[in-house]
Amino acid sequence: MSSTAHLAWFARHEFRLAWREWLAMMTGGRRRRNRAVIGLLTFAAILHLPAYAVVARYVDLRFPLDPSSLIVLTATIFLAWALMLSQAIESVTRVFYARADLDLIMSSPAKLTNIFSIRIAAIALTVSSMALLLSTPFIDVLVYLGGARWLAGFGVVLAIGLSAAAAAIAVTALLFRLIGPGRTRLVAQIVSAVIGAGFVIALQVVAVLSYGTLSRFAFLTSETAARIAPGPDSLVWWPARASLGDFEIMMLLLAAALVLLGVVMAVFAPRFADTVARVAANPAAVTQGRARAFRTGSRQQALRRKELLLLRRDPWLLSQSLMQMLYLLPPALMLWRSFSGTSTAIVLITPVIVMAAGQLAGGLAWLTISGEDAPDLVATAPLPPSRVTRAKVEVVLIAIATVFAPLVAALAFASPGQAVVTAIAIIIATASAAAVQLWFRAQAKRSQFRRRQTSSRIATFAEAFSSIGWAATAALALTIPAAALISGSLTLLTLATAWKISPRRA
Amino acid sequence: MTSELSALAVRGLTKRFDRPAVDALDLTVRAGEFYALLGPNGAGKTTTLRMVAGLLRPDAGTVSIFGIDALADPVSAKQIMAWVSDEPMIYDKLTPLEYLEFVAGLWGIDPRTSEKSARNLLVSLGLEPHLNERCEGFSKGMRQKVALAGALVHDPRLIILDEPLTGLDALSARHVKGLLQERVRAGGTVIMTTHILEVAERMADRIGVIATGRLIAEGTLAELRARNGSNDTTLEDMFIALVDTEAAAA
Repeated sequence: MSSTAHLAWFARHEFRLAWREWLAMMTGGRRRRNRAVIGLLTFAAILHLPAYAVVARYVDLRFPLDPSSLIVLTATIFLAWALMLSQAIESVTRVFYARADLDLIMSSPAKLTNIFSIRIAAIALTVSSMALLLSTPFIDVLVYLGGARWLAGFGVVLAIGLSAAAAAIAVTALLFRLIGPGRTRLVAQIVSAVIGAGFVIALQVVAVLSYGTLSRFAFLTSETAARIAPGPDSLVWWPARASLGDFEIMMLLLAAALVLLGVVMAVFAPRFADTVARVAANPAAVTQGRARAFRTGSRQQALRRKELLLLRRDPWLLSQSLMQMLYLLPPALMLWRSFSGTSTAIVLITPVIVMAAGQLAGGLAWLTISGEDAPDLVATAPLPPSRVTRAKVEVVLIAIATVFAPLVAALAFASPGQAVVTAIAIIIATASAAAVQLWFRAQAKRSQFRRRQTSSRIATFAEAFSSIGWAATAALALTIPAAALISGSLTLLTLATAWKISPRRA
Repeated sequence: MTSELSALAVRGLTKRFDRPAVDALDLTVRAGEFYALLGPNGAGKTTTLRMVAGLLRPDAGTVSIFGIDALADPVSAKQIMAWVSDEPMIYDKLTPLEYLEFVAGLWGIDPRTSEKSARNLLVSLGLEPHLNERCEGFSKGMRQKVALAGALVHDPRLIILDEPLTGLDALSARHVKGLLQERVRAGGTVIMTTHILEVAERMADRIGVIATGRLIAEGTLAELRARNGSNDTTLEDMFIALVDTEAAAA
């Protein structure tokens, strides 16, 4: 086989693997390829409706725009780039640590630089494809209503996808050199989890501190932002100009992204083999636990202690919690501001806190209920399954109480009534998330946490709708109590439907 | 033989998946004996033992552990038995001592007793230098030893092991075998499945051979040889002959 044919063959192999991984993620590992494709196409078709609602009003936008619109558009593109960067860092980490074929590849007579160049290209294309998939309905609507100039949007998406992948490879490889293989995995996971949300949260923090509102657009559309923004000819606005239909700039951006990716491939592909070999040669760093005497307590206490210890030592949870904590930062700042003056905006804190509690509880409940690494041990222990379940749910409640009690206590000083409503809603949202996990329990390893959403789509949606529902109900209870009854009933109905179709009940 | 005298008495145990996995199995293991359960892949060994350990509900039949009806009163039955699978299931983020503290807590053992016992077990399995290291960096052999120590820390009367020696190096295997023999000498009962026939030949008091979900031969090595009509036949030869005969009959 010639060198080119060999590379083409390996590229096909890489894309087949990427496709199957993606398919497994979409179908939760079940063999439903046709249904997945049909589902995906249906989803993409349906997505054109919300896309129409969101972008139809912008079809006539042309450069030059007013400064505020230009800033908002550029910030949105930057957010998309940050999210792609987050996804790409996660993909690169997986290539370093999780692909089971590295020994085979590295022991083969193939030229490793070429092989890893293809692998880097595969990561870039996977990230870009996902972004293209999600952006296509929006661009379709713009092209249909506003003309062919909007097709430039595809080029922009591709350019930011390729550049995000290039940046992710550089960031991960540099992390690897700076802090070593042992810590890179955890740090990369945390960075990838935080990076996407970080930008939005930073905007919210600025908005809270400057304007006393949770709206992330407050700062972007402010006079201050317009004043400090560069002139219309600045390179900063190139992505926005390209997405508005400037094909020349779009081609330049695409070329720049390709050059960046090429440079990254040239610099890092030869070192990939070294990096991978160092990962393989560095087993998990030896972490010493604290030596102490065995403790007394009931069997449930033993279970609770074990669960809490594992939660504390879980890097996935650490990054997940960090995300939740970041989301809580703007409302916490808002709360702090409210002490210095009366503001009705403080009501907005409640739904944010309740939503965060519901989401965190969902993750914790999955880890404690489904993510049991020694299911046989627990199942052969001499205590009834109901007591095991109770102990695990108690752990979720304890963890949520630990995280949210300080916020509720602070809220009680500003508005006691609101604090009571918030506390009740947190308890209900937590109990609902735990119930959904119990109904849709599917035994898994804790390391599969990242893919927990794919094990049951219904559970994922039920959990999300429950959090949103209870957050809305709590907000309405504080503002329009009659509407809270309707919202609460609808959320209960969602949960009842989830219970009705859950495998536990069957 | 009555249930009270047996460590394990299984009667008419049946489990079907797509096809019968265990087919009206009768099996008795005496208290204080080392019983090796052999069989080809897919014969129903693991399914049988998982039903005995309470991990799988049988479609029919009874399971009695030292006279306790394990299906009617699983908690009491579990209190006096331990299960070790071929894939060591431990927690990566716990140290061996923390893992054993957890297991002892689940079985409700007094911490003063269990701590001493845990340390002794881990030391005897060669894990003394790793007592306070998290298990995430452990090799398969070390993990299996931690799992075994966990099974023994509550001093069970019946220990059920499914392929416990798979993937262990010679030294680790010797540690595990030594510990199991010690338990039997101290009056414990061990039921173990294995594909390593030399282990069964050397260690087991009695051997059962299972195929297509049914017990096709059982006895001491001498009894099996006598049935085969030759005193110098190896267990491997007898096993292959038995399984081939069963396959031909099926």
